Amino acid sequence: MTWLHPRRGLQLRLLLAGPIGWLGVVYLGALLILLLNAFWTKDSFTGRVEPFSWTLDAFDSLITVEVYRTIAIRTVVMAILVTATDALIAFPIAYYMARIASARTRGLLVIAVLMPLWAAYLAKVYAWRTIIQGKGPLEWVLAPFGIAGPGLDEIANTWLVLSYLWLPYMILPIYASLERIPGSLLEASSDLGARAGSTFRRVILPLAFPGVVAGSIFTFSLTLGDYITPDLVSDTKFIGNVIYDNSSLGSLPLAAAYSLLPVAIMIVYLLVARRLGAFESL
Amino acid sequence: MPAIRLEGLVKHFGGEPGRRAPAGGGTAGGGVGGAAGGSPGGSAQNEAIVAVAGIDLEIVDGEFFSMLGPSGSGKTTTLRMIAGFERPTAGRIVLHGRDVTDLPPFERDVNTVFQDYALFPHMSVGENVAYGLMVRKVPRPEREVRVADALRMVRLEGYERRRPGQLSGGQRQRVALARALVNRPRVLLLDEPLGALDLKLREEMQIELKAIQQAVGITFIYVTHDQEEALTMSDRLAVFNRGRIEQLGTPADVYERPATRFVAGFVGTSNLLTGDSARAIIGSAGTFTVRPEKIHLVDPAATPGPDEASATGTIREVVYLGPDTRYIVALDAGGELVVTQQNLATSSMEALAAKGRVVRLTWKRQHNLPVGDG
Repeated sequence: MTWLHPRRGLQLRLLLAGPIGWLGVVYLGALLILLLNAFWTKDSFTGRVEPFSWTLDAFDSLITVEVYRTIAIRTVVMAILVTATDALIAFPIAYYMARIASARTRGLLVIAVLMPLWAAYLAKVYAWRTIIQGKGPLEWVLAPFGIAGPGLDEIANTWLVLSYLWLPYMILPIYASLERIPGSLLEASSDLGARAGSTFRRVILPLAFPGVVAGSIFTFSLTLGDYITPDLVSDTKFIGNVIYDNSSLGSLPLAAAYSLLPVAIMIVYLLVARRLGAFESL
Repeated sequence: MPAIRLEGLVKHFGGEPGRRAPAGGGTAGGGVGGAAGGSPGGSAQNEAIVAVAGIDLEIVDGEFFSMLGPSGSGKTTTLRMIAGFERPTAGRIVLHGRDVTDLPPFERDVNTVFQDYALFPHMSVGENVAYGLMVRKVPRPEREVRVADALRMVRLEGYERRRPGQLSGGQRQRVALARALVNRPRVLLLDEPLGALDLKLREEMQIELKAIQQAVGITFIYVTHDQEEALTMSDRLAVFNRGRIEQLGTPADVYERPATRFVAGFVGTSNLLTGDSARAIIGSAGTFTVRPEKIHLVDPAATPGPDEASATGTIREVVYLGPDTRYIVALDAGGELVVTQQNLATSSMEALAAKGRVVRLTWKRQHNLPVGDG
């Protein structure tokens, strides 16, 4: 193998050929077929998709059938809501972890934030289902105040559970960006006459903002794609549910066309996030 | 009225949290020194690290005052207490007659130039310099004029729109200076501001800083571990060691009449004669120091003049420094002396060939400086 030693470029190519080939064929290939699928015709009699039978039928029904538009808007609004909720909850927690807590407490909090990520997704959603459902703990707590439990068909359940599920993905990037702010910047701000509130607004918040955007990439895209939680804790359909339903029983081209929407939204979102400097905070 | 008066200033790091040590400190026992400025914690539980062990000091208005000392000597912690970043464990800080010991930094009429400059990376140079004026609600037209003036003073006019990341180290240093001076504080605190610059830039900035201080006429308090910097720039300086001031005086005082063995060693080269060799060479007991540039190297057979002290020895080591050569001479009477000679007519070859040669050292008796043992 000594002949390889001076050939650094060749070494690198050999090393990366496997993983990149895999990524190209399996991942990009699948995406390409998905893209093509959206333009193919479904045989209405056999239900089979005819490859290379070009049509815009799937896009046509997405635009003309109002329910698809409603579901698309509902999904994006939900993604925005979940992201905003997580940002609001995560910031104080991350701030406490990064700038107030002692080293010991900080370590414990990092574990506490990471721990739920080790638990199975379904276990967590079913746990929430148990909490929310009729005669569940939530109802016991609300009953003394004369408030009825939400039951399992409220859209707000989805908002609550998704916010819970994605919270760690928001806390960690904000924590990282807050921790990276040198203490001397805060001292300098105070030295130049700024009170704590002013320092927070003018120094801490702008420097932590890329971390918030980085976290929002996770919360936003994960919400756009999720279909299990809405199915389990509410009776409302989101983009993912429509895709899922159509990919098994309905129209595969329609599912493919619909799934291009979150992909397109995320591409735009990532471009904006890059401009805001979020990738340096990941 | 002095610009700043420090009364019995003490600072402990660590120890029992939330408990102020009894006032009137200065007699703090236990592990002295060892605390790098501004890094609490890390010590054993309940055992405080004494960073500053009792400082009494008056700094005159308009003076260029340096705090000189090795790292961990308490100089930076003292500066940080004046700025308000650290609360003293005991003692008082009086700024222009007003007790500011318990005031937060934003209520003190001082500004700081930080060692790492601490420029806000998300703001332009102009916004950085305007920051203090903005948070104090100075109207925009006045702000713009003052920012432009401050940038002109540090020779950075036209750099308003650049980002700190686009500047060199020396330029960032100047922005930090402009950002502090634009607020027209009565006292400017500088925490090793030239530490990160290379030698040539550092020497330029020393001259520039001194010129700016004379132009604005405010008090500069300058923390450094570089004795040359402290000697060239200061009106007066304090030499810090183990949380206390070992000597306070003008650069000439401190260099020519070091009060303690530590000062003699830290400011300049430690050329100490003690015990037997002191008795043999100088004729009296005690500890003496002789500055290396005051000593002449002569032929061992030469007879010293009546006003001269003299000793024989062997050149143990030769260090060629360009303009000077440093000879380390092992004395026959015991001990070592360092001698520096300008290379007026000596080539490097000649200088280096002197190693191992037997020589006589002579110096004027008036250059024997007795040193306390503190």
